[in-house]
Amino acid sequence: MSLKERVQRCLGDDVIAITEYRGDLGIEVPKGNIVSVLTRLKEDETLGFDFLTDLFGVDNLDYYAKKKKKPKKKAAGEEELVEEEEDKGPPPPRFEVVYLLQALKTNERLQVKIRVPEDDMEVDTITTIWKAADWPEREAFDMFGFKFRGHHNLRRLLMWDEFEDHPLRKDYPLEGKGEERHLSYD
Amino acid sequence: MDYDPVCQIDRDPDDLVTINIGPTHPAMHGTLRVIAKTDGETIVSAEPEIGYLHRGVEKLGENFTYHQFIPLTDRMNYCSAIASNVAYEMAVEKLMGIKVPPKAQLVRTIMMELARIADHQVLVGILGVDLGALTPFFYLIIQREEIYDIFEWYNGARLTNTFGRIGGVNADLPDKFHEKWPTLRDTIRKANEETDALLTKNRIWLDRSVGVNAFSAEDALNWGFTGPCLRACGVKRDLRRDEPYMFYDQFDFKIPVGKHGDVFDRYMIRMEEMEESVKIIDQAYAMYQEMPEDAPLMAKVPKIIKPPEGECYHAIETPNGELGFWIRSDGSDKPYRIKIRPPCYMVYQAFGELVKGDMISDTIACLSSLNIIAGELDR
Repeated sequence: MSLKERVQRCLGDDVIAITEYRGDLGIEVPKGNIVSVLTRLKEDETLGFDFLTDLFGVDNLDYYAKKKKKPKKKAAGEEELVEEEEDKGPPPPRFEVVYLLQALKTNERLQVKIRVPEDDMEVDTITTIWKAADWPEREAFDMFGFKFRGHHNLRRLLMWDEFEDHPLRKDYPLEGKGEERHLSYD
Repeated sequence: MDYDPVCQIDRDPDDLVTINIGPTHPAMHGTLRVIAKTDGETIVSAEPEIGYLHRGVEKLGENFTYHQFIPLTDRMNYCSAIASNVAYEMAVEKLMGIKVPPKAQLVRTIMMELARIADHQVLVGILGVDLGALTPFFYLIIQREEIYDIFEWYNGARLTNTFGRIGGVNADLPDKFHEKWPTLRDTIRKANEETDALLTKNRIWLDRSVGVNAFSAEDALNWGFTGPCLRACGVKRDLRRDEPYMFYDQFDFKIPVGKHGDVFDRYMIRMEEMEESVKIIDQAYAMYQEMPEDAPLMAKVPKIIKPPEGECYHAIETPNGELGFWIRSDGSDKPYRIKIRPPCYMVYQAFGELVKGDMISDTIACLSSLNIIAGELDR
């Protein structure tokens, strides 16, 4: 059985979407079920994704903006139709968290994604499954502002503690906002 | 907190002393910082602090074109920049579906394995220095300079190489390499033998390294270890064998595995891997010599690199472990998002667990044996 079928059989309805690109299989799962999904992927005998390679956030702000612009290039008649269709659905959630898994026995890899809307940045921590998620979750909090529920030490990792923004968000300028680090000695 | 007028330190209720090591300290490799709570000389808890060398490589990557990003990968693991370059190039090639010509792949293999030897030589040399053995450092660093000469003949750079291009390599092996390699191979082996004779059975060395911060295979996998640190714990995992790329499935090489995951095992793994790398270069060089002289070194790559919309992850086995790049393209000439998975990032987060219960001087041995490179850690 192919990896795709095994993942579908293991997760059932939890799989919202499946992508396959250049041999990399990716699945999207509901945000609330991430801990149970990853536990099942880890413990299932036919899959055994027992190694967390990495975990990180993605900001899709510009991605959707670019996609919306595309239809404008087409002929004037088509343009209106396409734009109307797009306006119907609610905008997709802004952020994504991507989990890269590895199965050591079979050398297979899987990407698991969840979508996180801007107004609800809380995500369940997976440090209970893998200790390796400790720093990556802190970094995702630092860079994007995800709040990992249940993380034992959710402090900034790469930026300093007093820093207020989340620098990898697309609306944060590359040259910064002129923040200065004031060292205090107490 | 009581103030002790004799020692002039703050004492906390459990009588633990907080010691701050780093971020700029001669024994710390790069800008690393550890805040350790100690009871006498024994470490009760240690917490690493990182971010002192954070340059925002991922943010810069979103604003650079695909080719402009290659020099930034040099500045991650500067001990083996070539491996980082190739890891990134291969990720973009996978994203675009480019097949690299075999001769270019062999040039890459040879240069990458040379970088692996250089990286391990630095590690073993510095580990010796940190534990008080200065001589092996000179034996090894002389050989590393010879390897850096080859890099310099290749494109003029010694440390930050910016090796290769997306789709292949820009130049063939330098002419001097063909004369140099047969002698260099022997001198590398000789330096390793001398180091081995000085260290491996040395009583002082054994006392300082055997059983020091041993780590179980289960813990190592849980913490996301890869590379030599994982193999020292007894897990036979090497992406060169498990997910073969380039010609690694055709080469005959062993994967050294340790047992206890202590400093000594990590040292031995590196020593043996250098020997295996020499063997791999020999085999790759033999294959290279069979190639016609005018074989292509670059695949057909458009001048402006615009990968189609999509995302993929590709990782290779660098001297430190699995270095992976996750790239999402939105069809433009700049990556939409680049995520780097540095190997020592995962290793260093377990540092507190590794050194718990050891002496302060052992933390330095631990840090050297893990090969934490601040540039790669903080990106």
